[in-house]
Amino acid sequence: MSIKLTIDGKEVEADLGATILQTARKYGIYIPTLCDNPALEPYGGCRLCLVEVEGMPKPTTSCTTPVTEGMKVKTATPTVERLRKTVIELLLSDHPNDCMICERAGDCKLQEFAYFYGLRANRFYGKRRQYTKQDGNPFIERNMDKCILCGQCVRVCNEVQGVGAIDIAYRGFDAKVCPSFERDLNCEFCGQCVSVCPTGALSGRIWEKKGRALNVKEVETTCSYCGCGCQLNLHVRGNEIARVSSKPDTHNEGWLCVKGRFGYEFITSPDRLKTPLIKKDGKFTEATWDEAIAYIAARFKKIVEDHGPDSLAGLSSARCTNEENFLFQKFMRAVIGTNNVDHCARL
Amino acid sequence: MEKAKTEIIVGMGTCGITAGASEIYAHAADYARAKGLDVKLSSTSCIGMCHSEVLVDVVVDGFARVTYGNVTIAAIEEIIDSHAAINVPVIKYTIAQMPSYGKVYDDIPVFEQLPYMNKQERVVLSNCGFIDPLSIDDYISHGGYEAVKKVIGAGDPKAAIEIIKASGLRGRGGAGFPTGLKWEFCNKAQSDIKYIICNADEGDPGAFMDRSVLEGDPHAIIEGMLIAGFSIGASYGYVYCRAEYPLAISNLKVAIAAAHERGFLGDSVLNSGFKFNIKIKEGAGAFVCGEETALIASIEGLRGMPRAKPPFPANKGLWGKPTVINNVETLANVPRIIVRGADWFSSFGTEKSKGTKVFALAGKINRGGLIEIPMGITLREIIYDIGGGIPNGKAFKAVQTGGPSGGCLTTAMLDTPVDYESIAKAGSIVGSGGMIVLDEDNCMVNIAKFFLEFTQSESCGKCTPCRIGTKRLYEILDRITNGKGRKGDLELLEELSEDIRAASLCGLGQTAPNPVLSTLRNFREEYAAHIDEKRCPAAVCKPLITFTIIEKTCTGCMACARSCPVNAITGEKKKPHFITPELCIKCGSCFDACKFKSVLKK
Ligand SMILES: Cc1cc2nc3c(=O)[nH]c(=O)nc-3n(C[C@H](O)[C@H](O)[C@H](O)COP(=O)(O)O)c2cc1C
Ligand code: SF4
Ligand code: SF4
Ligand code: SF4
Ligand code: SF4
Ligand code: SF4
Ligand code: SF4
Ligand code: FES
Repeated sequence: MSIKLTIDGKEVEADLGATILQTARKYGIYIPTLCDNPALEPYGGCRLCLVEVEGMPKPTTSCTTPVTEGMKVKTATPTVERLRKTVIELLLSDHPNDCMICERAGDCKLQEFAYFYGLRANRFYGKRRQYTKQDGNPFIERNMDKCILCGQCVRVCNEVQGVGAIDIAYRGFDAKVCPSFERDLNCEFCGQCVSVCPTGALSGRIWEKKGRALNVKEVETTCSYCGCGCQLNLHVRGNEIARVSSKPDTHNEGWLCVKGRFGYEFITSPDRLKTPLIKKDGKFTEATWDEAIAYIAARFKKIVEDHGPDSLAGLSSARCTNEENFLFQKFMRAVIGTNNVDHCARL
Repeated sequence: MEKAKTEIIVGMGTCGITAGASEIYAHAADYARAKGLDVKLSSTSCIGMCHSEVLVDVVVDGFARVTYGNVTIAAIEEIIDSHAAINVPVIKYTIAQMPSYGKVYDDIPVFEQLPYMNKQERVVLSNCGFIDPLSIDDYISHGGYEAVKKVIGAGDPKAAIEIIKASGLRGRGGAGFPTGLKWEFCNKAQSDIKYIICNADEGDPGAFMDRSVLEGDPHAIIEGMLIAGFSIGASYGYVYCRAEYPLAISNLKVAIAAAHERGFLGDSVLNSGFKFNIKIKEGAGAFVCGEETALIASIEGLRGMPRAKPPFPANKGLWGKPTVINNVETLANVPRIIVRGADWFSSFGTEKSKGTKVFALAGKINRGGLIEIPMGITLREIIYDIGGGIPNGKAFKAVQTGGPSGGCLTTAMLDTPVDYESIAKAGSIVGSGGMIVLDEDNCMVNIAKFFLEFTQSESCGKCTPCRIGTKRLYEILDRITNGKGRKGDLELLEELSEDIRAASLCGLGQTAPNPVLSTLRNFREEYAAHIDEKRCPAAVCKPLITFTIIEKTCTGCMACARSCPVNAITGEKKKPHFITPELCIKCGSCFDACKFKSVLKK
């Protein structure tokens, strides 16, 4: 069923159950948001997406309010603009404001709103949250004094990752996102939370000082760790990866696991093998691919001749795709002639 | 059950126990036994006269029930020796007598005619302080469970809803939403499972009527929930009660077990086929968990944070099922309305606010306590007739209604009728029924700060304006009371207050600025004095006051010097004394100690 309404005087159509924000986005009408994420349940926490609806006594959050027939929505009245500005000012009054050295500068929603609302001076000041950092893990860096309590990390961990490693603790101004009993983070380290954080509160450990928005180009590629083949978006500066993200319109819907997101250091590792090695006189020596393959083929042939095909066994890797694994077992059965074939994931 | 000839009944609500009722009870038992007297000792709950705890009633068979107040160990001995032993009441300790029990005594005022009582109308509190809350028979003998029998016997859920609608009953939890209408919405919602929740979170720091009703009349809540459940088609009820109310919870548990035993609860209530069970969920005492969507989240095991409405609980509530949430006091009205009729109920109150409302009268008032009044009597009647006015001849300044969500009403508004509309028009809310009386010695900036300190610490932290905004409001008030207020702070308070009201997610944030706005509206000059003159007119804000000794009238009695905890006062006997300002910590002891009014607080 389709519903007709107007947003800023423009007649639009929406599906039953859609929110005002979803409808506005469909028509390219911009409403500022900090806690909304199209992939997550509506939250209504940041209060930035307030709009005025004719007949409603007060502004309402567009991210949580379902559309109704004949609704008249205004997204940028002086009242809601004033409220948005107050919200940003309040957030900034409890923020370290150290964009100078923040990993997210240039790519931070809070910074962007401060810029658009021209907020240099702030009417509000007072206590600021200050936390001691306690990240023993090698993956995620938490700067919780930059957290704006948008709750996206909590929701993504629950709704998408299904882990529930973090939630909000304490009340009021002291409210804080943390693992239970404020212990150190000990989870899957998928970094889904990092990927949705609109500010510099969550970041990758190994991304530190690798470059921000400037001179960074994005390269799309496929993760080589497993058969899922998640689409990666490498942020590359010079010839080095500064960080890894993924886009929502991929088959993995923008979500990654710890390996795809943080496990790329092998690329520049000095231990990384770049050519095949053949052991000669008890020592590994570099060889070309042709040499190596010819050597293997010759040895396989000899072994099969001398001892029969069942004297060979093949073990495949989870890093291969399904197609590669299929080819591998086919090769073992049809070419070598043995059913001795297995896979590391079964061990 | 054989009735003993003489019964001694000790008021053992939380307030009574706090005042020492347990000791009195134990001592009375020992003392009567030692004297070889045949008395039955029992307990009841809070009757609302908190200004006179410990309360003890004595009933000699065939005679009026006599209430004694401020009972001490010595007093209980005298009362037992005289009243229990030889039926001679100890007049000096008596408060009142209740002639309905039998022959009246001379020289004891009649309970209903006490100034504290005669403007009250006890509907919700009718059993509190009279029946034994642990006895289902006591409840039944006072007309209990008649309403359930009537409603289930008639077999028509809609009929009960119609009665509640016609009565005009509105929710007593704060918002004043018509109860019958809420039930009707939920009745119409299609679902195999529905829930009724009794909201006993009672987070308003000044209110304790819900606790009193649960402690003193728990079966009334069970009965109210049964009727609500039957009306909306719910077979499950939850009572969400803060864990800080252990007596309420234990009395309710006893009551639930007794109701099961008698067939009022269970798989087939009164063999009608209607199934109804009640569970108690103890909350951790967060103010925000009284908000219905936060309450639901809390029962579901989630963090108690509100969510946006719609969907409303009547359509999508607990575990996603249609749910009615009603306040304790609302539910306690229900059985009475069913038994006595909608017309009876709506004969109390005003055109739009029907029935009675319980208030917790506190602060600078002679007779504080729990009172129940018909809607529409004036603030003046409550404060002066029921409450007996302001103690120590001080001048009335304002009354704060609606607790941390409400506002203050001034002398000019004393003739405002107490009903939802009139109080709202005067700039406050009825709320859950907190009523704090303030006199000339209260600083209104400090009062606003007190409430903001509460709300900002109770905010759930979900939304920005409430989480950070109320903190900033509090900080501004704090600096004003510390003499560090700046030009423009009042305007800033107003701007921020308006924005928090407009932009917050739930009722907590939306109403949190009310104490600031209403004190600003009514007492702006008092704020200004703090900022412009660095002066606290009520002489409350310590950094802004100084203590000095008036040389002319100081007799040199040395009382002040003896009372000073930091030896800041010097002077010789019979000569004027002197306070060293650098040493003084402004505790006020000398001010209280001086009998000659020679210590000046300014
Ligand atoms: C911050 C906040 C706290 C509340 N606390 C309570 C409470 O302690 N008890 C209560 O009955 N209602 C409380 N309410 C109101 C409830 O949300 C709800 O409206 C009420 O329980 C409905 O019952 P009623 O219609 O019988 O009044 C609170 C509301 C807010 C916004
Ligand atoms: S989180 Fe954003 S606003 Fe905060 S310091 Fe970093 S870049 Fe600046
Ligand atoms: S890294 Fe993944 S599992 Fe760990 S908190 Fe973030 S979202 Fe949850
Ligand atoms: S850490 Fe980031 S995502 Fe999580 S609540 Fe804070 S700002 Fe939002
Ligand atoms: S390793 Fe992780 S990120 Fe890479 S493809 Fe597999 S699931 Fe995706
Ligand atoms: S108004 Fe306050 S209590 Fe209510 S949701 Fe927002 S932060 Fe939580
Ligand atoms: S106010 Fe207290 S500290 Fe100051 S002089 Fe009086 S008694 Fe001493
Ligand atoms: S985006 Fe709607 S409240 Fe945050």
